[in-house]
Amino acid sequence: MTASTAAGCAAPDQAAPLPASLDLEKETVITGVVRDAAGEPVTGAYVRLLDSTDEFTAEVVTSSAGQFRFFAAPGTWRLRALSRHGNGDLIVTASRGINEAIVPVAVD
Amino acid sequence: MSRDTALVSADWAEKNLETRGVVFVEVDEDTSAYDTGHLPGAIKLDWKTDLQDQVRRDFVNKDQFAALLSERGIANDDTVVLYGGNNNWFAAYAYWYFALYGHREVRLLDGGRKKWELDARPLTTEVVSRPATRYVAQESDHTIRAFRDEVVAAIGTKNLVDVRSPDEYAGRLLAPAHLPQEQAQRAGHVPTAISVPWSKAANEDGTFKSDQELREIYAAAGLDDSRETIAYCRIGERSSHTWFVLQELLGHRNVKNYDGSWTEYGSLVGVPVALGDEPGEK
Repeated sequence: MTASTAAGCAAPDQAAPLPASLDLEKETVITGVVRDAAGEPVTGAYVRLLDSTDEFTAEVVTSSAGQFRFFAAPGTWRLRALSRHGNGDLIVTASRGINEAIVPVAVD
Repeated sequence: MSRDTALVSADWAEKNLETRGVVFVEVDEDTSAYDTGHLPGAIKLDWKTDLQDQVRRDFVNKDQFAALLSERGIANDDTVVLYGGNNNWFAAYAYWYFALYGHREVRLLDGGRKKWELDARPLTTEVVSRPATRYVAQESDHTIRAFRDEVVAAIGTKNLVDVRSPDEYAGRLLAPAHLPQEQAQRAGHVPTAISVPWSKAANEDGTFKSDQELREIYAAAGLDDSRETIAYCRIGERSSHTWFVLQELLGHRNVKNYDGSWTEYGSLVGVPVALGDEPGEK
């Protein structure tokens, strides 16, 4: 069994490799790194995936290397990062396969 | 119920970390969060291994719940303050369990782990152990739990509130977007269910919106509070968050959480399913 019903909704480890069973012909993966003003990865940032109407879709916490990952659908999404170093936003247009993004955060 | 009896602020929590009779409990599915740092003095409950039956698809029964709380050192007269990650989803789920088994004083920490971390409040990796108690659980309160047949019967008659994201409601996604989308169940929602994503009730730091804002959100969505309400999501934890808002913060009566939720309903043979952004017909 891969991530499924039994896996619940808790955010999985954001640094773990993509499951081998994952079908990238079907999945739209949005992945990337949160970086601070100095370009350093931000660990423990909260990254929110908002849909085209700005409605919340999912949220994960970045890994020790600042990484995050979502399984979305093709379309336009907003990434919103919250951290002790400040917050940041990035609009991404995703298609099937892997979509990479860097979300900058800075003290507001 | 009201905000004063159901919720504590991060400030209150920080001042009461060592107060006798107050037990902080972190609830996550992934307990590695607790192990990397938790509120000083807090114990943990694992949503899956502690609170779910390990064979049947159900949560722990009354005796299992009593044994768990006894072993972890929670007494019947303790005030239990629950918090966790995922915007308190699993903490709200645990709150619902504590309510089901009749615990008298239970609260959620407003904002959960996220606000606590963003505020840079203290976390520790110190091992916490509490002396065992002899906890006595009450019979489970089915006035706050809905089963599948009741959900099917509620189509077109009761308030059904789908609290998943709009894309899951419409059938464009099968799970929250931090999970792979290959899932066994059909996509869509229960016909006549209104869509009020759980997240509408929360600010971006995870705290709950004001009572006035919350009342306006559910009124605008067409929730008739004179009727019974059943909330559901995918596995019952986000709908616990909405159950908490409606019953514990806003004081609605007759609100049930359908913990089988879409993973059960979307796998039932022969039940009606609606696709798209509209509630659909009975």
